[in-house]
Amino acid sequence: MSTTVTPPPKKVNRLGLEVINYKGSKTTLCAGCGHNSVSERIVECFYELGVPPYTVAKFSGIGCSSKSPAYFLGLSHGFNGVHGRMPAIATGAILANSQLMGLGVTGDGDTASIGIGQFMHLVRRNLPMIYVIENNGVYGLTKGQFSATADLGSKLKSGTPNDLPPFDCCALALKWGATFVARSFSGDKKQLLALIKTAIAHRGLSVIDVISPCVTFNDHDGSTKSYSYMKDHETVLQELDFVPSFEDITVEIPEGQVMDVQMHDGSHLRIRKLHRDFDPTDRLAALAALEVAEAAGEVLTGVLYVNTHKPTFLELLNLVEEPVATLPESRVRPSREALDELMEELR
Amino acid sequence: MSTLEVSPVEPLSGQSAHTVVNDFSIQIATVNGSGSQTANTVLMRSIFQMGIPVSGKNMFPSNIAGLPTWFTIRASQHGYIGRRKEIDFLVAMNPETAREDVLKLDDGAAVVYDEPLKLNELRSDLHFYPVPFDKLVAPACPEAKLRKLVRNMIYDGVVAWLLSIDMDEIRKALVKQFGKRKAKAAELNWGAVKAGFEYAAKTFTKTDPYRVERRNQTAGKIIIDGNAACALGAMFAGVTVVTWYPITPSSSLVESLLGYMRRHRLDPETGKATYAIVQAEDELASIGMALGAGWAGARSMTATAGPGISLMSEFIGLGYYAEIPTVVFNVERVGPSTGLPTRTAQGDILTTALLSHGDTHHPMFFPCSPEECFSLTIDAFNFAEQFQTPVFVMTDLDLGMNNWMADPFPYPETPIRRGKVLTAEDLDKLGGFARYKDVDGDGVGYRTLPGTNHNAAAYFTRGSGHNDKAQYTEREDDYIDNMERLAHKFKVMRGHVPEPVIHIAEKAKIGFVYVGTSDYAVRESCDQLKAEYDLDASTLRLKAYPFTHHLVDFIRSHDRVYVVDQNRDAQLLGLMRLELDPELIARLRSVRYFGGLPLDARTVTDDVIRQEGK
Repeated sequence: MSTTVTPPPKKVNRLGLEVINYKGSKTTLCAGCGHNSVSERIVECFYELGVPPYTVAKFSGIGCSSKSPAYFLGLSHGFNGVHGRMPAIATGAILANSQLMGLGVTGDGDTASIGIGQFMHLVRRNLPMIYVIENNGVYGLTKGQFSATADLGSKLKSGTPNDLPPFDCCALALKWGATFVARSFSGDKKQLLALIKTAIAHRGLSVIDVISPCVTFNDHDGSTKSYSYMKDHETVLQELDFVPSFEDITVEIPEGQVMDVQMHDGSHLRIRKLHRDFDPTDRLAALAALEVAEAAGEVLTGVLYVNTHKPTFLELLNLVEEPVATLPESRVRPSREALDELMEELR
Repeated sequence: MSTLEVSPVEPLSGQSAHTVVNDFSIQIATVNGSGSQTANTVLMRSIFQMGIPVSGKNMFPSNIAGLPTWFTIRASQHGYIGRRKEIDFLVAMNPETAREDVLKLDDGAAVVYDEPLKLNELRSDLHFYPVPFDKLVAPACPEAKLRKLVRNMIYDGVVAWLLSIDMDEIRKALVKQFGKRKAKAAELNWGAVKAGFEYAAKTFTKTDPYRVERRNQTAGKIIIDGNAACALGAMFAGVTVVTWYPITPSSSLVESLLGYMRRHRLDPETGKATYAIVQAEDELASIGMALGAGWAGARSMTATAGPGISLMSEFIGLGYYAEIPTVVFNVERVGPSTGLPTRTAQGDILTTALLSHGDTHHPMFFPCSPEECFSLTIDAFNFAEQFQTPVFVMTDLDLGMNNWMADPFPYPETPIRRGKVLTAEDLDKLGGFARYKDVDGDGVGYRTLPGTNHNAAAYFTRGSGHNDKAQYTEREDDYIDNMERLAHKFKVMRGHVPEPVIHIAEKAKIGFVYVGTSDYAVRESCDQLKAEYDLDASTLRLKAYPFTHHLVDFIRSHDRVYVVDQNRDAQLLGLMRLELDPELIARLRSVRYFGGLPLDARTVTDDVIRQEGK
């Protein structure tokens, strides 16, 4: 005799996919690593927004952070390239197939040291993709050397102080052309979710610099990228609420307190200012705010800049809409007559 | 004091006893940035239009204006279009080099020169034609600031008179050079040509033996440089993503392509581009983008030269190991380091074959002519996708940047082949796939493209150790299996690369093996060896690496095989040494030239004769 047990209905997103369809293989990073939290947020965002996994291409360079694309979106193609050169790989792939949603995950060594040149040129091109920097100020995979985002005076585990000033990747991105720039903290679940969702909806380059502590090599006293340092020094700029395009907006927006930014895909980012007057559409103000905060020893998090109008690199190239990679021969090989004409001109 | 002592002797006078028709080389010595390129091209083209096989070689400095430049035009009714060492006819326009240029000539050569240079005082065994260029240019070009550019056209007129070049052909070449849009400039230049011609006609008595006579040996032919020919090949191969970083001598490859693509590859309905061409921030980025694009399914390419190849080394290792198709054009120049950026060499053969760390091997295609620049480029794109690996098209500055006479390119008759790519429908049938599994025994796995709408489509590409399912692994057996499969794949390529071009001379005990532009010198050298020493020689010109059995058979059937290298270290010979049996290696000899100029036949002949002990 048997009884039929009806399993509880599976929780699915608007595509009918379960969250497991957005997961990757098991992480091999250290327990407590901030990067794992970022991977979890990525899974949640893509699941909740119902992004078809096959439309996403994941990119990374080399380092602990760059291993993480194996740990999310297992149904998406991934490319773990060479150190510091993820932007080039991603650029080529997106040129080949402009319909892909590029998701790059990199670290502070990968981006701010060996990869600073490619990062700056990616920013300059405003290539439409998401670029997440998992920033812990240290080289984890080679066991604890300073990176170029380590703060002046920050100390290694051995007590050695850093005597060079850091690159602020958000300031660089702001200055040279990224159109969505944000900073977050791997421990701030709600803020990071809103930021990644906004990046998914944004058309243009999104740079999200996530302070993501390295529990093994940079979470001690004297580190400025530790959990406890962030707890004491993070200044949250705004309260963020992301409303996807497929959800009806029913709540009235209170005048003057909340800024509403309509994204390219019809979704909305609602920005409620906290204790500071800060306009995230004002690039110069954002740069100034970063300078002031750095001098005061604060770490500003939230949306630093958003620009929904600037043309992307793909628009500048005047590319056809469909992926050029798979255009049929009839559209990529000119005719016999065209060759004859060219030959005639060379006679 | 110069090495050549000259005593004033009575100048040569009167008509030469003999005439040399359609077989000479003209050297024009100018200062770069003076507009001489136009005058030189017009002169070369007018001889070509008269039906005589011709070649033009520009020896220019790595500089924009003010340094010496030499342009050599060789006319040869025997069809020899390689560089000729001996200069028969000098146009000396550059005061800085004029003295040395004149002293280097063999006796009996002709010299057109700027009168104030008084070159006729240097030697008495040459035919001198002084021309007062400044006096002639003023009435021909009233606008003083244009005179510098127009002045050089005067020598075209002088040379036309001296060599009996048809002025109608000069005019035709001039109009072609300037195009319809610059008709006014063409007129101005034509005035200068006429001034030169008229001056020569009324002033000179021709004493040198060189002249041009109309033939019919160039009918239907085109004139094009190798870089433009590669660009056309790429366009007709269906290239979709092009990335590059400017570097001499490869820049004009992509610049030509930009022009062709704008004309022929915009969607006729929307006007949108069916391609992307991106000038990257450096060669690291250009190869990275090309690989990213190849991975995502584009026919991608980049073009560079030696220094760029060095920079691309890391990424090429990734392309080899992760098995990503792309085509890299290496227009070789003289190294190492910055080397001689505007001089030619075949100096990257070994580097490119084994580029990157660890065990790597890369296929290389070696065109020798514009026709092959076109056809081998198309082959290279098919090959890259068939074998899922970076393919190098190896040309050099001589082929890439100089103008060559060529047959019109035939339209590619075979369809574009995209290699082993699985679609969503394929995956439905198969249920799944393993990216690096050798299903067909050729070492080539099946791949999917990002964006394929199927749950089994995705895989993770990495330059770190991976098993046949593309999963990360550090296991000994996985690593060895993968590397053995890659080695097997390279072996399989031997049966698919373009076959060498072989000429077997009957009774020949010696042979030549070489690649690319060495062809012109080697074939002419074979004729010299036969005519001057009654020595027969066979030739094998490799069109590709990996080597095929043809090479082995060729070496076996000759006692001594001269491997011709345009580099110091005999790199082609070195590469052969890595792969051939000792018994075959023992038969190899080396002929090397690495002075930065295109290889000439005499250099080859002299070296072979020395080694043959004749």
